Amino acid sequence: MKATSLYHKPLAVTLEEHPYIEDFLSSFGLEIQPTTTSLEEYLDTLDPDLLEDLGISSEQLRKSLDDFLAGMLALQSPLDKVESLTIIGGRDKTGRPEHIELTLRPGEVVCIVGPTGSGKSRLLADIEWVAQGDTPTGRKILINDQVPDSKWRFSTEHKLVAQLSQNMNFVMDLSAEEFIRMHAESRLVTNPEEKIAQILEQANELAGERFSPNTPVTSLSGGQSRALMIADMAILSKSPIALIDEIENAGIDRKKALDLLVKEEKIILMATHDPILALMGDRRLVIRNGGIDKIIESSPAERKNLIALEELDNKLLALRNRIRGGETLENI
Amino acid sequence: MRFLTISGPPSSGKTSVILRVIEALQLREKKIGVIKFDCLLTDDDKRYAEKGVLVQKGLSGALCPDHYFVSNIESCVTWGHENGCEYLISESAGLCNRCSPHINEITAVCVIDNLSGINTPRKIGPMLKSADIVVITKGDIVSQAEREVFASRVKQVNPGAIIMHVNGITGQGAFELTSLFEEASDIETLKGKTLRFSMPSALCSYCLGETRIGEEHQTGNIRKMDI
Ligand SMILES: Nc1ncnc2c1ncn2[C@@H]1O[C@H](COP(=O)(O)OP(=O)(O)OP(=O)(O)O)[C@@H](O)[C@H]1O
Ligand SMILES: Nc1nc2c(ncn2[C@@H]2O[C@H](COP(=O)(O)OP(=O)(O)O)[C@@H](O)[C@H]2O)c(=O)[nH]1
Ligand SMILES: [Mg+2]
Ligand SMILES: [Mg+2]
Ligand SMILES: [Zn+2]
Ligand SMILES: [Zn+2]
Repeated sequence: MKATSLYHKPLAVTLEEHPYIEDFLSSFGLEIQPTTTSLEEYLDTLDPDLLEDLGISSEQLRKSLDDFLAGMLALQSPLDKVESLTIIGGRDKTGRPEHIELTLRPGEVVCIVGPTGSGKSRLLADIEWVAQGDTPTGRKILINDQVPDSKWRFSTEHKLVAQLSQNMNFVMDLSAEEFIRMHAESRLVTNPEEKIAQILEQANELAGERFSPNTPVTSLSGGQSRALMIADMAILSKSPIALIDEIENAGIDRKKALDLLVKEEKIILMATHDPILALMGDRRLVIRNGGIDKIIESSPAERKNLIALEELDNKLLALRNRIRGGETLENI
Repeated sequence: MRFLTISGPPSSGKTSVILRVIEALQLREKKIGVIKFDCLLTDDDKRYAEKGVLVQKGLSGALCPDHYFVSNIESCVTWGHENGCEYLISESAGLCNRCSPHINEITAVCVIDNLSGINTPRKIGPMLKSADIVVITKGDIVSQAEREVFASRVKQVNPGAIIMHVNGITGQGAFELTSLFEEASDIETLKGKTLRFSMPSALCSYCLGETRIGEEHQTGNIRKMDI
């Protein structure tokens, strides 16, 4: 659909079909009513003195509205399909070449391990930027075996990559429900109310302690915030690639969290120090001194140990819950 | 010479971001000049000088800093050109939300931070709404989802801009921002250029130094609230 046709229909129709236009205009301090005039006529009859007071010119408003509508329409069109992501090695911090060409496909989980400061976050940033030899590592990223269109870099509508970062703080003065609604609205999801309810429900399942939709985001605990963000990413994000920077350090069910994220056919890269998460990956990239030093495929023996590790983890979890419940640990 | 105007609310991270960009440009062995505009005082010039770049500082004192900017920027550009700068960057603090230093055909950057509140993008005028690149800082302090919500509020008031997230302290994102600076407008002079948006006309008796309160002292361009 072209945006131009919507300038000529009666506002009553246009605003019904594209309710975000009203919000757009109100962000410039303008009001609009669902009348029989068209958007075109509405714009033409705006008082230039009023616009001058609001700090925008008529041409600029028109251009911004065009850009805004183009973005909104793009959100509604389907994403290009990502069938593969290829990382072509660059160089490490000492300039030594990184002899590597690695292709990842949807459904794969790749873990990134390495000491602090080794360059794990940098590798994730290279992927997010779809680097073309233009970052300190000199790496190149291909999508579907090709140098992708640079639109991937700046598109907010068709983001290639969704990130789940280490920081889970909030400063906005909104309740959990309002926050998720605002996020959902910015993504223009279909059935927002249903999705919001799903996210809150999933988040409560992941978090140890339940929270109500009215809880201000600023008073969620670390575990609750993390659970909310993971549910939000799993349910709202359409990005074909997900980058996760260390989800281990808060009180959530890690396995459930990862399962929720993996369910969608995504390529997942996860920086982690957690042995269970690391073994859940199909392979591990070992980063040293800024370069990918080694690739380890998870072996059958490791998979077997994963079961043992999970048992150990459950045991610890049970002990943790007993401590929380005020019990003693004289018999374990 | 590539010239960019950088503006943004006070303490949004302008200087920090510019410093990180300077570091990335210096890796590419570029000669850089910075012009710092402020109202009352600033130490930013020292922070820039420490990086070994050329610096000019202008304090507007009793004038609106953006009005002061327009009357001085042409000679600053000439200065940068004569000194062989390959990049010239102006930093000005947006103090009145209605004025903006952005110039037509000159790459315009607005720096705003994640902590400023979801309604702030709506309240900032042409400085944000007419920028080509919007840099959002202090993303390290909030969650990814909050960054996205904030960015979507910025996008709503400036849907045509490129929005970049940069950490002013660690420099994360600065390398990427620098590659956009490499495509900035290439100029020798500002002759013939125009502002993107007119600056507000004020000139009432108070602009001219009046301090007494009361109807009889109000002359010139006066506007009254409906109460
Ligand atoms: N190949 C490289 N060449 C040059 N600089 C690099 C390279 N790889 C990483 N760096 C730089 O090294 C620094 C540390 O990297 P990074 O933040 O990615 O580490 P990390 O592994 O995520 O650490 P942490 O575990 O503490 O989160 C960054 O400034 C990054 O840009
Ligand atoms: N946490 C954090 N602090 C930042 C960031 N960018 C800038 N700051 C801090 O914000 C304050 C104001 O930054 P400054 O660059 O002087 O802002 P300016 O007034 O816009 O030039 C300083 O204390 C910076 O260290 C950022 O990305 N994250
Ligand atoms: Mg890291
Ligand atoms: Mg400053
Ligand atoms: Zn002003
Ligand atoms: Zn006045």
